[in-house]
Amino acid sequence: MATATTHSTGHSNGEVNYINEFKGLKSWLTSLDHKRIGLMYMISVLFFFLVGGIFAILLRLELFKPGAQFLTPDQYNQVMTYHGAIMVFMVIIPGIPAILGNFFLPIQIGAKDVAFPRLNLASWYIFMLGAFIAVATLFVGKVDTGWTFYTPYSIKTASAATMMVVAAFIMGMSSILTGLNFIVTVHKLRAPGMTMYRIPLFIWAIYSTAVLQILATPVLGITLMLLAMERTFGVGIFDPKLGGDPVLFQHFFWFYSHPAVYIMILPAMGVVSELIAAFSRKTIFGYTAIAYSSIGIAVVSFFVWGHHMFVSGQSEIAGIVFSFITMLVGVPTAIKMFNWLATLYKGNISFESPMLFALGFLFLFAIGGVTGIMLATIATDVHFHDTYFVVAHFHYVMVGGTLMALMGGFYYWFPKMFGKMYNETLARITFVLIFIGFNVTFFPQFILGAMGMPRRYFDYIPAYEYLNSISTVGSWLIASGFLLSLYVIVTGIRCGEKAPSNPWGAKTLEWQTSSPPPHMNFEVEPIVTAGPYEYK
Amino acid sequence: MSINSSDTNHSHSHDSHLAHHFKNAEHQFESAKQGIWLFMVTEILMFGGLFVGYSIFHAIYPKMFAEGASHLDWRLGFVNTLVLIFSSYTMAMSIHHLQKNEKSKAVLKLWLTVACGVIFMCIKAYEYSSKFHHGLFPGRYLDVAHVGAEAANLGMYYGFYFCMTGLHGIHVLIGMGLIVWLALRAQKGEFGENYFTPVEGVGIFWHIVDLIWIFLFPLLYLVG
Ligand code: HEM
Ligand SMILES: [Cu+2]
Repeated sequence: MATATTHSTGHSNGEVNYINEFKGLKSWLTSLDHKRIGLMYMISVLFFFLVGGIFAILLRLELFKPGAQFLTPDQYNQVMTYHGAIMVFMVIIPGIPAILGNFFLPIQIGAKDVAFPRLNLASWYIFMLGAFIAVATLFVGKVDTGWTFYTPYSIKTASAATMMVVAAFIMGMSSILTGLNFIVTVHKLRAPGMTMYRIPLFIWAIYSTAVLQILATPVLGITLMLLAMERTFGVGIFDPKLGGDPVLFQHFFWFYSHPAVYIMILPAMGVVSELIAAFSRKTIFGYTAIAYSSIGIAVVSFFVWGHHMFVSGQSEIAGIVFSFITMLVGVPTAIKMFNWLATLYKGNISFESPMLFALGFLFLFAIGGVTGIMLATIATDVHFHDTYFVVAHFHYVMVGGTLMALMGGFYYWFPKMFGKMYNETLARITFVLIFIGFNVTFFPQFILGAMGMPRRYFDYIPAYEYLNSISTVGSWLIASGFLLSLYVIVTGIRCGEKAPSNPWGAKTLEWQTSSPPPHMNFEVEPIVTAGPYEYK
Repeated sequence: MSINSSDTNHSHSHDSHLAHHFKNAEHQFESAKQGIWLFMVTEILMFGGLFVGYSIFHAIYPKMFAEGASHLDWRLGFVNTLVLIFSSYTMAMSIHHLQKNEKSKAVLKLWLTVACGVIFMCIKAYEYSSKFHHGLFPGRYLDVAHVGAEAANLGMYYGFYFCMTGLHGIHVLIGMGLIVWLALRAQKGEFGENYFTPVEGVGIFWHIVDLIWIFLFPLLYLVG
């Protein structure tokens, strides 16, 4: 994007940066610097990922063989609920926007900070409060509704569902505030010359996500509040015994939660756009098409929620309409896919670990997407509904998609965030472990689902044993891959080599400042004169 | 990229309210305003969920909703509507005075707005307590025998009633708290024609809360 090097100007010869400028725990917990807040999110989210991951391993261990292994059915339901809820509300939804978005959105548009730094810090505290309440339910009365809180069961269950719902509401508030902050930042704080068509594609993705966060999350909030009302006062809105409609809950819930799956995946697509451009050293193909398709996905995602309810008794016409609109989401998604492939074509590709994760994303997300089309087709969905086919599908999308991108983004921006290099060989091994482990774990689940194995059951008939055992072994591979990447990250931070300002030779603005960046991101205000991917 | 020599270090400019990442006061004001408007969108959407639920069940149980509304006193609701509209006016006037540096008038208008909030909440409290007195509780706590309810699920209407007015009432309370804080700061002379962003922001919030009431009032008290 630019030619100047700024790390040699002013007082900083790379010595004073956002990490070492202020010292002590308190300077972190009260910091208004978006970069520090991003790192605080990173630590929290990694922690919750570990907890959610332990629950996942427990689930798979229980399903290793038919019959009860070491959990009771009740405990299985609880473990499944916590795994799902933690992974969704505390890992995947905040993941990319709150960590990488917070850190890089202002830098990539040449701003000194987000529009509302105080609000940004408050968002982190609100998130932690919600997460704390959610975890505290473990000690109050364990929740067993599944992360979807479907009525009527969630009205009846004697667990701490009300508390969990309040926790989700609070985390939703944090998500709204983050989104709001990002939108205003993009509108108001772009550096001189940084027009909307010069912002990196990662920003377009985070921006579209922020719009979704603002429009969808309040609906989830009020739905959860109504559920809490229902549980405390027996209002009867969702309770068929009192004349209410449990399916209404599903409508409300998915009106948020379908857009929410794009809150999870759109940022990932943004990261992948950056990675593909940087590691094929080529101008990204179809910049505007990728940018607009993010907005397109955001818009369409509001009209497809009914595909979760094909068998709920909604009218046939509704089913057909929802099925059709769902297929439409494929269009902007395919636009992105083809543009990435076109960028790769004849690119000068280098297979550094971030790129491996980006390619892994393309592969796994394609499988997730194609199986999504199968689920969007009413006739096939009636067969696959609530089977392991669905479990495999959403893991391919959420883990294969979002998590791959998050890992790739982590490695890509690691030198900028910490000013150190990580061990590239080990990083590549983490990719191999996660990628292979992932497919070993979740591919058999497609077959299991097609064979009819239902989800959310703690036991199964012997006919399903073989594939389930394979799946469980795969989960150990994934786990070792993530543990190894934790090692790579920690050793990288502690004793990695010093990173140059621009180790990958990338063109976006964040690479024009020193690694790690100074407190205000740039020594001098950048003036932008070209688009973000001006490679030859 | 060419380099602009503007200093980005901590040097705080003449205006002590200007955060370092904004170009000037106007830039900061515009950003704050955009932020508060986006937040208002989320508020409206949140109430929107309640309105949708209300409309759906109103269509399914028109008689039950009519019975529920018949227990409400529309005159109290109407007075409250007037009170809130007036408070929106005083709120707007306080900004107007600040822009003309008329401090004491602005402070007075802010306290008047708070007073309106107090009146509103008193009337609400009276309404709530008389509802409770007659056994009109939400959901399963509704005292069917005492009320002599015809519809078996009259509690649902009161579930909506208390949920919608309660959520709105919480917003009024938050708004009042914020306006008290503004009034105290205005008293100290912290606002004037150059800086009144917080007043503007809280003002927008207050207007939206009023607006939501203007929808709640006919829906709950009149449509029946
Ligand atoms: C080692 C990796 C993982 C394994 C072995 C694993 C395993 C499982 C299993 C066995 C279930 C229960 C399925 C059912 O009975 O319906 C499940 C559910 C779920 N998982 Fe994972 N999972 C993993 C990672 C993740 C990640 C990273 C996410 C984050 C998005 C995630 C999100 C979910 C969700 C949302 C559910 C649904 C819970 C529910 O139905 O209430 N999983 N997972
Ligand atoms: Cu969906």
